[in-house]
Amino acid sequence: MSAAQKMTYRDACRLALQEAMQQDERVFLMGEDVGRYGGSYAVSKGLLEEFGEERVRDTPLSELGFTGAGIGAALGGMRPIVEIMTVNFSLLALDQIVNTAALLRHMSGGQFTVPLVIRISTGAGRQLAAQHSHSLEGWFAHIPGIRVLMPATIEDARGMLAPALRDPDPVIIFEHAVLYNSEGELPAGFTGVDISQARIRRPGRDLTLVAWGGCLPKALAAATTLAQQGIECEVIDLRILRPLDDATLLDSVRRTHRLLIVDEGWRSGSLAAEIAARIAEQAFYELDAPIARVCSEEVPIPYPRHLEEAALPQADKIVVCAQAMVVQCPV
Amino acid sequence: MTDVLQACHQDLLLKLLRDMVHIRSLEERCAQLYGETKIRGFLHLYIGEEAVAAGAVNALEPGDALVATYREHGHALVRGVSAEAIMAEMFGKSAGCSRGRGGSMHLFDAEQRLYGGNAIVAGGLPLAVGLALADKMQGRKRVTACFFGEGAMAEGAFHEAMNLAALWQLPVLFCCENNLYAMGTALARSESQVLLTVKAASYNINTRSVDGMDVVAVHSQTRKALARIRAGHGPCFIEYQTYRFRAHSMFDPELYRDKAEVEQWKQRGPIHGFSARLKEAGLLTEEVFLNLEAEAGDEIDRAVQFAEAADWESIEDCFADVCTPPEHTA
Amino acid sequence: MLEFKLPSLGADMDEGTLVQWQIKPGDVVKRGDVVAVVDTSKAAIDVESWIAGTVQELLVQAGDKIPVGTVMALLAEPGEAVATTAAADAEAVKEIPAEAAKKGASKGASKKSSVNGPKPAKTTGETPTLRRKISPAARRRAEELGVKLEQLEGSGPQGAITLADVNAALAAASEKRDARPVKAAAVPDPARDRRADMRRTIAAAMARSKREIPHYYLGQSIPLDAAMTWLETCNAQRPLTERVLLAALLLKVVALAARKYPELNGFYREDRFEPGPGVHLGVAISLRGGGLIAPALHDCDSRPLGELMQGLSDLVRRARSGSLRSSEVADPTLTVTNLGEQSVAEVYGVIYPPQVALVGFGGISEQVIADKGAIRVAPVLHISLSADHRVSDGHRGALFLAHIAALLQDPARLGREAA
Repeated sequence: MSAAQKMTYRDACRLALQEAMQQDERVFLMGEDVGRYGGSYAVSKGLLEEFGEERVRDTPLSELGFTGAGIGAALGGMRPIVEIMTVNFSLLALDQIVNTAALLRHMSGGQFTVPLVIRISTGAGRQLAAQHSHSLEGWFAHIPGIRVLMPATIEDARGMLAPALRDPDPVIIFEHAVLYNSEGELPAGFTGVDISQARIRRPGRDLTLVAWGGCLPKALAAATTLAQQGIECEVIDLRILRPLDDATLLDSVRRTHRLLIVDEGWRSGSLAAEIAARIAEQAFYELDAPIARVCSEEVPIPYPRHLEEAALPQADKIVVCAQAMVVQCPV
Repeated sequence: MTDVLQACHQDLLLKLLRDMVHIRSLEERCAQLYGETKIRGFLHLYIGEEAVAAGAVNALEPGDALVATYREHGHALVRGVSAEAIMAEMFGKSAGCSRGRGGSMHLFDAEQRLYGGNAIVAGGLPLAVGLALADKMQGRKRVTACFFGEGAMAEGAFHEAMNLAALWQLPVLFCCENNLYAMGTALARSESQVLLTVKAASYNINTRSVDGMDVVAVHSQTRKALARIRAGHGPCFIEYQTYRFRAHSMFDPELYRDKAEVEQWKQRGPIHGFSARLKEAGLLTEEVFLNLEAEAGDEIDRAVQFAEAADWESIEDCFADVCTPPEHTA
Repeated sequence: MLEFKLPSLGADMDEGTLVQWQIKPGDVVKRGDVVAVVDTSKAAIDVESWIAGTVQELLVQAGDKIPVGTVMALLAEPGEAVATTAAADAEAVKEIPAEAAKKGASKGASKKSSVNGPKPAKTTGETPTLRRKISPAARRRAEELGVKLEQLEGSGPQGAITLADVNAALAAASEKRDARPVKAAAVPDPARDRRADMRRTIAAAMARSKREIPHYYLGQSIPLDAAMTWLETCNAQRPLTERVLLAALLLKVVALAARKYPELNGFYREDRFEPGPGVHLGVAISLRGGGLIAPALHDCDSRPLGELMQGLSDLVRRARSGSLRSSEVADPTLTVTNLGEQSVAEVYGVIYPPQVALVGFGGISEQVIADKGAIRVAPVLHISLSADHRVSDGHRGALFLAHIAALLQDPARLGREAA
């Protein structure tokens, strides 16, 4: 049993990559500036020295090309990990992800599978302005044929890559850029995580609070504040954006009878909308209050700090929204 | 001319002719079956371009990979996918080479390493680069042949794939079937540089252009390019100058090209021209040619019967093969 | 004779209009010959023939709009005699394209209207009303318990009626003499109104039960001499204030049987059975001013008999004084009714929805019992089961009753099982 280890989310991601490449010769990392530069978020720093240029492969600026090459290499027996610097750039590779990776198994009648892992950083909070700050993971969660993961904890950042590489189908892992510097403890005796179920990060009886990725710490902070006011939130870390774990959500809502969803994506057509619809479909008669959402405001994420903060879900917004669901307001 | 033929083995020449006749026979029957609503969706016929698939695909080794476009019936047939499996696929039957999931534009065959007809223009190019990368990283001496039309050369994916393949010196053969029209848009109306080899050469790779109506020229140039790639000199680009005699798809009124132009190209029809040359060289008789045609007709008849009799996949199985079932995951 | 049919010229083509024929009767057609020009929604297209033969007759005229698959012309196979006079036939078959054309035209018309969008729908004339804010969970609970929502005031956000309000209202409904307004009651009702409310509530629940639940009924008589002897022995060791009545013992055995046969203990909701979260027996208590309430005695299967007795006394007292807790009103998993005091011989009760069973105890009478070749006189109790056939079957119900009978006739076993 290993002892508990303190580390950053970035370290956890790096350790996962390192372990994957040590354990399986077929695994290699490919993307813009993953090698010499050390990764734009320094996740792959040091890996080039350990594994060499063949396996830590710097690519030209051609997301469509190298993502497609990752698909081909996966078909050819390798286990590529493609890194796309930020989710806004993933749009340049969308054709290969949606039209090829996600469809190949179906179109070939099950003859070909694409064991590809794509890592993409996402999210706002560091004043990078509109073209580097969006949260488009909900779009990918729309596509049948791919699995979409979003580690929000040190444990998941460390543990999700291994099962993703074992999945015979394409898996996208979204890493929230604000989390890279967050510190936490990898529990003693850590043996890995599943990539199929949502997880309750804090139990509670009054209200179910669902969040993922960069919104999880905000939801947990809100739950602490609400507990001081006598409102006990059950905080669920969604973890897997596709396929959605309806059972864990339903089970919680059947106990708390209230649901609040926090999503850094825009409200319209969001993953939060999908979750709300599923709960309304399957647990309408369990609800004791309308389902509520705290999402990003419908603007491109602005550059100045105060506007960026105003545009994003925040703990205080979650608190106000939760209070309105539970406490009587003067009519 | 005759010397060129004499240099080739007679069996090979007859194989090339036979393959072209079989493709033609398959494609004509497809057109008919489309009219009878047996085949649905988009259907793109290869009539007129047979020499490219017959000449080039016959130059590949058994272990090589093939990435094709949505006009790929001929490539699949020459590669060894049975006419039955192709026809059943176009009927949407579960006995099809993609279990009926793909149809005309998505013929796949794992055994023949056919990585699909792809209905996204230039969509197959990055895939081919990746297949070649996997071969190179695993030390295998295989080539990935990637077919695309000249229309694909306007797409960003073409440039990204060429750059990666050349940069990493990957064993890819880029096979451009230039039939002069991207659907209805003539080459000169869509490309600032109509000399395709010049455009490809900017990536610092070996290029060549060949008469795509001449099956022997196609075959020999393709062989040379493949040999170069196998020798470790990186990717090659070949432009096959060809022409489709029929419309882009089954619903194309062909308003964009002159009927006289079509007639002119038809005079250079690949089957007609090649069989005449063989006869002239004393390598083919009319009787043998008629036999080839009859054989092809019989093969397609059997394929249609097979497809007609094949089963539809049950609706309950609709969700199979979206993701790998959990019991097969590690 | 060969038929030349209008081929499909694209995935989106359902019909076409003949622009002109390129052939006339008597022409010899080869495979691949263009025989007609057909206008589709996209363009005029040359249509070629995949059959060879001699044109016998053209069945469609220029301008006709016809669906894909319509026979457009008849061709004689090579070698087949060509009919010389086809005029009469032609008249007859003209019906076909005309019909087809009509069909095509009407299809076209319907398409057009869909393109223009549907006509604005007429409303019913009723003005939309603002529904009261009642949470779906509260609405369902109220329906199950027969609580009238109209008189409740909501305590939730924006005045919404919530689960808590419904549970509180039910508890309040049992206070027949206490006219103090509870939080959820709209106005302090006089006792008479309260009784009327309760009557309506019972009426709604019982009507729903008989409407929706397919009841089946089983009954059994059980000698009680062994049980009474055992109880006397027990009570002899207890202080007077802690004596256990037969009623508590009966609840205990029912609870143990319910634990063993869980399909009789729980709820039927949304077309499926949900097992109860514990064995919470609803004890039917008649109120002095009339009416009935069946609050829950929690965890009857696991609590010791003495504690159960105290709980029962307390529950009856509070039910009659109107101070039940909302949880007691809300969650019984199986109701027990005991009409023995009224010297009723047998009772077959109506299940309280969404519960799935009800156990009834009749009166105790002395009877002559033939047992193992001997005759004895003993007190006998009649016990009945009303159960929901959607959830359980008679066989399981019979086993449930048999288990109760066995426990009552071998009370030592009861001590073991209750432990």
